[in-house]
Order: sequence, then C-alpha cells, then structure tokens
Amino acid sequence: MKRDDSYAAVLRRKNEIMKTSVGIDYSRYETGSIGFDYERMMEDTGYDLARIRDIQKKHGVGSTPLKELSNMTALVRRIAAQKKGARIFIKDEAQNDSGSFKARRASIACHRAKELGFAGVIAATSGNYGAAVASQAAKYGLKCIVIQECYDGRGVGQPEIIEKARACEAYGAEVVQLSVGPELFYTFLSLLETTGYFNASLYTPFGVAGVETLGAELVEDCLAATGRLPDCVVVTNAGGGNLTGTARGILKTTKTHVPIVAASVNLKGLHMASDHDFNRKSFTTGHTGFGMPFMTNPDRSDVPRSAARPLRYADRYVTVNQGEVFFVTEALTILEGIERGPAGNVSLAAALSLARTMDEDQVIVVQETEYTGAGKHHQAQLSFARSHGVEIRFGNPEEEIPGKSIILPERVDLIRAVDLDLDKIRVSSIKNQVKDHTRIERSDFAYLVAETNATADFVRRALTDLGVAWEE
Amino acid sequence: MVKMGTWVRIHRILLAPADRAENLPEDTRKVPFELWVKGFLTADAEIGEAVEIRTVTGRTEHGTLETVEPSYRHDFGVFVPELQEIDRIVLSTLYGERR
Repeated sequence: MKRDDSYAAVLRRKNEIMKTSVGIDYSRYETGSIGFDYERMMEDTGYDLARIRDIQKKHGVGSTPLKELSNMTALVRRIAAQKKGARIFIKDEAQNDSGSFKARRASIACHRAKELGFAGVIAATSGNYGAAVASQAAKYGLKCIVIQECYDGRGVGQPEIIEKARACEAYGAEVVQLSVGPELFYTFLSLLETTGYFNASLYTPFGVAGVETLGAELVEDCLAATGRLPDCVVVTNAGGGNLTGTARGILKTTKTHVPIVAASVNLKGLHMASDHDFNRKSFTTGHTGFGMPFMTNPDRSDVPRSAARPLRYADRYVTVNQGEVFFVTEALTILEGIERGPAGNVSLAAALSLARTMDEDQVIVVQETEYTGAGKHHQAQLSFARSHGVEIRFGNPEEEIPGKSIILPERVDLIRAVDLDLDKIRVSSIKNQVKDHTRIERSDFAYLVAETNATADFVRRALTDLGVAWEE
Repeated sequence: MVKMGTWVRIHRILLAPADRAENLPEDTRKVPFELWVKGFLTADAEIGEAVEIRTVTGRTEHGTLETVEPSYRHDFGVFVPELQEIDRIVLSTLYGERR
C-alpha cells in the first residue's frame, strides 16, 4: 500500500518519525503526569565535557578568543557615574568554522549521526545553524539538507536567509526553501521520513551539550585574562539552547554562581507566522518572537522534549530594540575594528547598558559574535527594512515600533536594556505545563520547581491560583 | 531549450491556500505554501514547464522550471547615511568633538 503523504497523515506519524530520526526514545524519560527526567536525558548523550572538547577541536570548533573591548568599555565609562562601567569582554564565536557558535551544536549532532550510521542529516533552520550543520556534515562526509523559511508571498527573500542558503550550498548541502508558515514542519517530517536522515535538531541533548564547552571556555578565559570570574554573562536568547548550554558549561566549571542574563531583540507586535510581517523584521533570530514562547514552553520545538530549557538557568531576561543593536554593531566596527553580524550583537547591546551600572572593577562577558557579510551586514538589513517602508531615524529607541520603525539612539546613554518580569514568565511556564491537568504528582512538583528555577513556595502559589492539586 | 543536466531552480506549490494549516494569520492564509529547490535537470525542458530534477543529495524533486543556472544576488544594500552618523556619535562621545 502506498504511504499517505498528506499533511494530516504525515503529522500523525510525527512521534514515530522523530524516534527514528534522532535515535532517542523520549518516552524513557517521562515521569509523573507532566514531568520528565531532564538530567538523565542529558547524561544519556554519552559525551562528557572533555569528550565534546576533543570532538570539537578535531573539527574546527571551539577555543575561540575572549577579547577585551577596551574602547567599548571606555565609551560606557564616558556616560557612566564615577567608578562605574564594567570591563566588557566578548567571546569571538565568529572564529568557529562556519562563523558562529552554532558550529558547537552542529559538531556534536553530526558526530552522533555519523556514529549511529546515518547517511545524512537534516536541519530546519533559516539561521546560522544551517551553515554550521552543512559545514560539519562536509567534514564527516554526511549528506545534508537544510530547510529554510525564506520567501514571503511575493517571492521576496530575507537577505540574511539568502546568504545562509549560499553558505549551506557552498558547503555542499541541499537547501529546500519555503514560503512563510508553520507548515515547514510538515516538509521537515516528510524529508526525514523519505530520506531516513538524522534529525540534527537544535534541541536534542547533543546539540545543547555542544554549547557547554562555550560556558567552560569563557570561565577559563576570563580567569586567565582578569584573575576573576565573570560578574555577569550576557547571552542572546531565542530557542534557549545557547543560554542552556552556556549555563550548564559554567556550572560544570565553577562552583561559584555566575549570573546569567538572557537578551533578546524586542519584536513585540510582529506575528511570526505572518506573511506580511516576515520581511518587516530585521532579525531572523535572537528575538522575543522565539525567546518568549520557547522560554515559557520549551517543548514546542521539533523534538518531543527539548534539551534547551533557559528558564532553569536565566537570572534576568532583558530586551533591547532593533535600532540599539544596529547602533552597537556599527559602534563595534568603528571603535574596535571588527565587523560582526547584528543578530550576534544582541547581547553586546544589552551588555553596554548593563555594564554602565556595574562597578569598574567588574567584568561582563558577552558570549558570542557571528560572521557578517552580504545580506547579513547591518547596512544590508537597514537598507532592506527601508525598502519595505520601515522608518529609520535617530531618537529614543523606546519609541521604536517593530515592523514600522527602527529608532537609532541619538545618544549613547539612550541604549537601555529593559528587564522582563521573570516571575510572570515562570507563572506562564507552569500554566503551560499543567494545561489539561487538575492534579499533578509528587515528582511533577519537584520538576516544576527545577523548571522554573523558583522556590517551592512560588510553585505552590502558582498551582493554587491555577486550581491544580499536587503532592509533595 | 534548457539541456538535461543543467543546474536549475524549480518551484512548486505544496499547499493551496484552502489546504493550509489552521490558526494562520489572515495574510498568510491568503497565499499558498510554496517550495523552491535546486538541482540538475533530468531531461531537456523549457522554462515554465513541469520538470524533474536531481538534487545534490540525490533526491528527485518535481516542479515548474523557474531559473536556469541560478546565482546569488544578495549584497550590502544601498547607502545608509545613518551609519556615518553613528560613527560621529560614538567617536565624539569617546574622543571628544575635536578629534
């Protein structure tokens, strides 16, 4: 009998396709009514930090330099109060093969695929991860398909995504480009099923464990450069894997708590599945359109249980506006003499604001950069936004309306990272997890405490408000 | 005529507007869900015809022949004067106006 490849039929086969394509039986980790054993799932990756370092070292990944941005620090001190203005360091992840930290995730995903005997890998991504998987697949002699959401209904492609397609094809990958819409997942499942390739999802334990080396390196680099641990690490946050992996790597390297700040570009009001809005946002990742839903509901990803669980590790979550990130990207170029991509500079924009209120003997670490070039460059993005009717002007970035305007700060002191209420996010997370339940089990309660990085009292209050009974 | 073996890009509608997923925003619901992919033509054809291609991973795909020997045309955009103004702002803040 011929297999039914209709939209509905393929989606119905989701669980079995996933199980075959990532080689993980996620049902093994389920506990209670809503929880699962996250740590055991992570341990079962079978690779410890030393092994991952070794794999990455042999494949052009990791050991990126931690650079002090002395002129950026001096700039902040010009607008800071006396004795304020922390030293700013940046982990230059653009130096990884393929030009971003995503190589760390791709290296372990491809290593795993090779080890399990798959002939190829598939990743659904419009961002740097595509280039990273294509690059690593080339090293392992694996075939590679990258699926991109790329064009709007008029056939206009986001220049950053087109550049990523070029990079993927340069590394020998097949690129399947789609118009806007969540049905991408259907194409993804169909291709996994017909090719039998490995699902190099960003959200498997392998992908996230690959970032742990970044956290470990930045602690070691910072100690070597300054003699102290970072007083703050700022991480650009979208799907949460960057933050999760970095935080886990830090925890494995030092017993001292290192505060982690998540940072996303504010794209409030833009709908991620809207054909019209698609080309009116200047960031394809690192934005709240991914950051918020993935923080409150990590299991909305392309695997049953995501290994990226940022709410477990974030101490703060701040947003910056598009205009601020473009401004800081240009400032980095003109002051430090390095050109890097805007999306990777989200955390740098936040760091400029955070450093201002920190003491001058403190250290803030921005944990990534990404490559830039045609399509990705901030001039390409600003030019593209303007051609889509987005107003670009100087003023107070607070006035920016995503999709309608990009407000560049008219003064450096107008760059302000805005704190989101993490407690509200915690409540949303609990609400999502207990959806359709009136009672949860003892193990679920402990799971929610870990998931939200909150106190038992906080979880009790939230459950009471939601009318859910529990055991402890 | 485009010769067999030529590197091309094809286009196909995967889902017509009526068949698209539920809960889509209005604007997205109005347009079809489309696919573009590149590969080598498996037989001689004309632009606009229904064709088959072989992709670099060895898959066979079908669709309408759209572009012959597609190339990349993305660039650095047009001149954006604001970037020079940013330079002026940060340089004068750091080094003073008389630099």
